[in-house]
Amino acid sequence: MSEQTAAALTTPRPSARRRTGFSWTRMLIYLVLFLFTIFYLLPVYVVVADSFKTLPEVSTTSIWQPPKSIDFGAWASALTPPLVGSGGIGSGLVNSVMMTVPAVVISSVWGSLNGYLLTKWRFRGADLLFAFLLFGMFIPYQAILIPLVQFLQRIGLYGTLPGLALTHIMYGIPITTLIFRNYYSAIPTELVEAANVDGAGVIGAYWRVILPLSIPGFVVVGIWQFTSIWNEFLFGVTLTNSPNVQPVTVALQNLAGSFAALYNVQMAGAIITAIPTVLAFVFLGRYFIRGLLAGSLKG
Amino acid sequence: MRGRLLTILLLAPAAIASLVFVYLFIAWTFYASLTSWNAIRPLKGLLPDFPIIGLANYQTLFATQRFWPNDVFNTAVFTVAFIILSVAIGLLLAILLDQHIRGEVLFRNIFLLPMALSFVVTATIWAWIFNPNTGINQLLDPLGINAVRTGLLSFAPLKPLWDVLDFLRIDVLRLGLTTDPRAALGAVVIAATWQMSGFVMAMFLAGLRGVSEELREAARVDGATERQIYVHVLIPQLRPVLVSVIVILGYISLKIFDLVFIMTRGGPGIATDVPSIFMYLSAFQSQLYALAASIAIVMLIVSAIVVIPYMWSQLRSEGQA
Repeated sequence: MSEQTAAALTTPRPSARRRTGFSWTRMLIYLVLFLFTIFYLLPVYVVVADSFKTLPEVSTTSIWQPPKSIDFGAWASALTPPLVGSGGIGSGLVNSVMMTVPAVVISSVWGSLNGYLLTKWRFRGADLLFAFLLFGMFIPYQAILIPLVQFLQRIGLYGTLPGLALTHIMYGIPITTLIFRNYYSAIPTELVEAANVDGAGVIGAYWRVILPLSIPGFVVVGIWQFTSIWNEFLFGVTLTNSPNVQPVTVALQNLAGSFAALYNVQMAGAIITAIPTVLAFVFLGRYFIRGLLAGSLKG
Repeated sequence: MRGRLLTILLLAPAAIASLVFVYLFIAWTFYASLTSWNAIRPLKGLLPDFPIIGLANYQTLFATQRFWPNDVFNTAVFTVAFIILSVAIGLLLAILLDQHIRGEVLFRNIFLLPMALSFVVTATIWAWIFNPNTGINQLLDPLGINAVRTGLLSFAPLKPLWDVLDFLRIDVLRLGLTTDPRAALGAVVIAATWQMSGFVMAMFLAGLRGVSEELREAARVDGATERQIYVHVLIPQLRPVLVSVIVILGYISLKIFDLVFIMTRGGPGIATDVPSIFMYLSAFQSQLYALAASIAIVMLIVSAIVVIPYMWSQLRSEGQA
């Protein structure tokens, strides 16, 4: 998937023959699209409507009924559950921000540097090294989970936010390197060579030539990393042991355990968990889609 | 060439990180799977200091019904059903959206929205929708769909079909979707499809848009109808995209954890149990680390069989381009 196709996707194809007027086929096409719209939006309706219900409402109405009034009680309960020892979505949000922000920044910058070196300072074995790095993207993390726990325990980072952030940085290298490598392939190497003639070295050319051209790349990689780290669950649940450090996805899962029958609280928790990534999708959707398509290897 | 030493020095941290966190950790897991480390005790050295018992853990694993055949069966059914459903929906939506649709961007964004969510969020919502007492039944009942459903299930000529779907655990016409072992896997497949089919649509749509307008125009000049253009020109061009989609969805299926764990905990019983859940519970609840390590290695091997040929061919075709 090349950059051009990704770009083509984000701007509709210029219509060679825009058809006007009524046709049964077109009616059918729109009907099918609307039916799928219902399929995709029904869960969104459920989660929003039910998060505004009160406790008595939850136990007497079906999940499909709209709320009688807008009540933020469930949102408040989700943020700070009145149970001892359960962290709640509120502290989970804080933990997720503290873990995600440094992990996104470091893994993006690191991937950018790797991508730059692998494309603009090519050496024998550069492709082999790339394949060596890339493999980490395709392993089930179960295969590294037990030694990872041992490792973090030995260096004293098990059950800490820095430990989680470190993990996300390490396993983020393949994808950030991949996306930046594809991105920099499209930038002419002559630019770097010209900078070298002017006396800039490896780092100088990166700083003066490549970095200023990298903003769109950083947006794509940043959104990708933000979404995947924010949404991640397996590392979150295995590398933490107390609500004080649990990321928001783990907090949501605990909420489902402690508020089993209160789906208004669960739904409010689900919305709060989803808000940051949904906002990123709504406002930076173009870049989000490019990141998605980059997952198919060729960027 | 100037800067070569510096280049290698700057790439070294990534190479070393990858060596340790990917390759050495995998080797460590493999070593652990060969030991009898199935007890709670802090390790003394760098490696599990337990006697090596060869492939005994793998023998135990494949003699455990929960893993073989149950988990392997569930993974196979989930993977195939999820891929078929997502590819069918994704391809259909991509072709429909390629018809100069008013509001294409809006439709596309709605179909892609679930991709921005965590599997944890998806699982939390769908677990409620499939709840037999509060969820989908209450929506369908007033529409009379429940009567149709019961009628279909008791319609004798279709019984062989329901038997097959029951056996595959994807008979989604059954009542409590997440509580009936004959249907529970189907419930998880639907939730996974809801989340991922928009991604498949985006891949196919990008693939369709990648086919040049000249090619379409040439087919039109040759007198092909729009339908023929899709069947004979466009869809064959999507083959590489299809391969990518199948590999990516397959990789996701083989390691799927959070969605199933939160929706069903692998239940009812072990009806939706998958290797990742078994591995997680073995290691972090039962302290059967060596057994868990052997599950992880089996998962890795199966993933590698799917992914490595794909990675290889992608990198090679890139080299030729």
